[in-house]
Amino acid sequence: MTVPSPVVSLRDVTKRFPGVIANDRVSLDFFAGEVHALLGENGAGKSTLISMLAGVQRPDEGDIAVDGAAVAITSPRHALSLGIGTVYQHRMLVPTLTVAENLMLGAPWWRRPALGGVRARFREAAAAFGVTVDPDARVENLSLGEQQQVEIIRALWRGGRLLVLDEPTAMLSPKGVEELGAMMGRMKALGIGIVFITHHLTEALDFGDRVSVLRGGRSVGGITPAALTALPRPEAMAEVVRLMFGTGLAPAEAAEGGTHVPRALPSTKMLEVVGLSGRSPRSGSSFEDVSFHVRKGEIFGIAGVDGNGQTPLAEALAGQIAATGSVVLDGRELGPASVAQRYQLGLRYASDDRNGEGMVGKLPISTNMVLKEIGAAPFWRRGIERRAAIDAHASALFAAHDVRAPSIHTPVGRLSGGNIQKVLLARELSGSPKVIVYSKPTHGLDLRNIEATRRRIHETAEAGVATVLISTDLGEVLALSDRIGVMVRGRLVGIVENGPEARLEVGRLMAGITEREAA
Amino acid sequence: MTESTEFISGATPAAPRFGFLLPLGLALLPVLAALVAAGLVLLVLGSDPIEYYAYVVERGLLRWRGLQATVVNMVPLLILGGALIVSFRSGLWNLGIDGQYLLGTLTAGATAPLLAGAFPAVVALPLAMLAGAIAGALWALPPALLRARAGINEVISGLMMSLIAASLTAAAIKLWLKDPTSLEPQTLTLPVEDRLPLLADTDINIGIFIALGVVIAAHVLMMRSATGLRFRILGLNPLAATHAGLGVPRLTLSVLCLSGALGGLAGAVELTGVLGKMQASWHPGYGFAVVPLVFLARMNGWAVIVFVFAFSVLQIGSASAATRLGVPQDFTMVLVGFLLLFLALSEYAGERLRARKV
Repeated sequence: MTVPSPVVSLRDVTKRFPGVIANDRVSLDFFAGEVHALLGENGAGKSTLISMLAGVQRPDEGDIAVDGAAVAITSPRHALSLGIGTVYQHRMLVPTLTVAENLMLGAPWWRRPALGGVRARFREAAAAFGVTVDPDARVENLSLGEQQQVEIIRALWRGGRLLVLDEPTAMLSPKGVEELGAMMGRMKALGIGIVFITHHLTEALDFGDRVSVLRGGRSVGGITPAALTALPRPEAMAEVVRLMFGTGLAPAEAAEGGTHVPRALPSTKMLEVVGLSGRSPRSGSSFEDVSFHVRKGEIFGIAGVDGNGQTPLAEALAGQIAATGSVVLDGRELGPASVAQRYQLGLRYASDDRNGEGMVGKLPISTNMVLKEIGAAPFWRRGIERRAAIDAHASALFAAHDVRAPSIHTPVGRLSGGNIQKVLLARELSGSPKVIVYSKPTHGLDLRNIEATRRRIHETAEAGVATVLISTDLGEVLALSDRIGVMVRGRLVGIVENGPEARLEVGRLMAGITEREAA
Repeated sequence: MTESTEFISGATPAAPRFGFLLPLGLALLPVLAALVAAGLVLLVLGSDPIEYYAYVVERGLLRWRGLQATVVNMVPLLILGGALIVSFRSGLWNLGIDGQYLLGTLTAGATAPLLAGAFPAVVALPLAMLAGAIAGALWALPPALLRARAGINEVISGLMMSLIAASLTAAAIKLWLKDPTSLEPQTLTLPVEDRLPLLADTDINIGIFIALGVVIAAHVLMMRSATGLRFRILGLNPLAATHAGLGVPRLTLSVLCLSGALGGLAGAVELTGVLGKMQASWHPGYGFAVVPLVFLARMNGWAVIVFVFAFSVLQIGSASAATRLGVPQDFTMVLVGFLLLFLALSEYAGERLRARKV
């Protein structure tokens, strides 16, 4: 292969948002006829990078060059006209229209192409990419993989030369992933450059000609096509894992959140989960055959990329959704116990969706503090509320948790995110909790409240509460947990003792290396 | 915390001393504006607004006979108001209320005369009311089940059930329940002496106490009881209801059936108090008069009583004014319409003012 010049290059691109640097002097080259796999954890800056390529956002510093010349991409339409097509993680087709009708959208009505022409062109493109989708099929009747193929064709409709795929395998079945790989091969042969974004290391190495790793907003290195063909696979994997998770490269990141200090723990199992499976009817995501235990006072971290079944697991533990399997709380099998019963027994759940489900925004703080005990004594007597008892309970928690609000009667919806979190934690920690499940407890909080929340989690565990800490922030899990489980695609793929090697171990599990492959 | 601070002013206890002036102004100004706007419409129609308003108030409020008619008129409206408070506060829109009312009236009309023949009135009338309430609840059940099981919007199915109810009650009276001695298609008549007793020397029957009791009970249920809090959480944030372990489908069924039962009760109380029999053509459409009133009252029971009273004065007064001054009786709804519009505007202005202060 001759050395061509890149189709699109990022040159020292920096993008800042209030309080974070999403991309810090990132330089990357994308070549024609090459799949460039881009790896990184949540928050590594991949999404920001894509939105700049797609013309949704513009870099603060540095520039994007197309064919060697710097261009300010001003809009998604502009990006398309430059030959950069983007396919997002979530499907963006109108389900009730046919494939051809979807492709006609976007142009003003007087310039809309004839349906017959669109059909013919779609068939031509589909044949070229090795895809068989009927242009007259309604989109809602297509599989997710087929919908993605349509979106890829649409992204390249106006003669695209660079295709950006944002986590294209996240929603696909194994067969769909295979088909996508074949399609990328065909497109590559036609000279189209592909940016392939993924969390899964194995996919990156299977499909990528070149691999780059983003970490904390920076491009921390990668493997060139020449090196990739030369290196044996286990060594290539080891190299990428080192880039993604290895310590030493990002000292600032490691320092954040403090480091873990090993603790002596009693051997009493407070929570034991055996073979638990369930599915959230709302989001459709599920988890399967999850088993673990948490000892008294222990913090059991659950790491994993968002959407790998952590939320339905937490909901099943809290009793919000039905599940099969066994949950034993302090020696007692919970069975089909309700949310209120579990709460009374001391199993608490601090949801990450604080405004969405955790609180009723229009009700006062005092009522929200007893939301999971409606009808129970001493706050209600014979079904009628006793305001004095509710208010006294709220006042005590209000002071103990340092909630900053005009009064306990202020509607929760008027509070800041940090104060809403304090009210939520006050409710879940009140009384005598035995087990608490936190779901992304610091998500969306500012630094001071992140600090306060982590301190609260630590103190509560020190006081003997068995803690399940679900977080997508690996630094947080490493800083707080005694042991760490990793969830991938709804399964708990491994449990790691926290320690100096934990980051790499957890990273390996998250990146999708099964023990068989690592061996 | 009192009701007014939570739902009307939104003020916190730390509000300044004259903090009530703004909410008061925001409540009174729209009433004034509605009267002026409706007055302009009257001018266009060629009537003197001052004369009209004075006449309406005189006939509907100041004259003793008019005031009695006003109070009697309030009875079904208040009970329906209670039914809508339960439903609206739970975030469910029981707009099938007219159908439930008709089924309740029919059931009471079919049963009350027979029960009165077999039992003393003290037993017969409550039984007829219970039957009416059950009929209303059953009529609310199909939309409730569709909503709870399949998430189908209860507004459309409720309205459809009302249309069916109008035809069904007329058909049932003509086919099966017709009083054979009457020329008109109507049910058997409940003898006057067996109806709800009147207050001494008036035309007002004790149904008004039942009605006031229902509104206040609905209000207390929603604002003070555990059940009411569960219902309200369902309306304010259904996700939080699930999170707190409340069974959303079961709550949905309970709310809509309770609302339907009260809708049926409204018909039964009116039948046993005033109507005495149900005619095949009976379809007063109270529901659509009460819906805006409940919104104006912001689903507060006490305010519903005030608004229903004011509306009744207008209705009774304007009925007289229609014959005397030639202003159509439906003009009352023009006034209510303006009131809703201006209250919505004042709500918006209030939000803006509060937002600026914060």
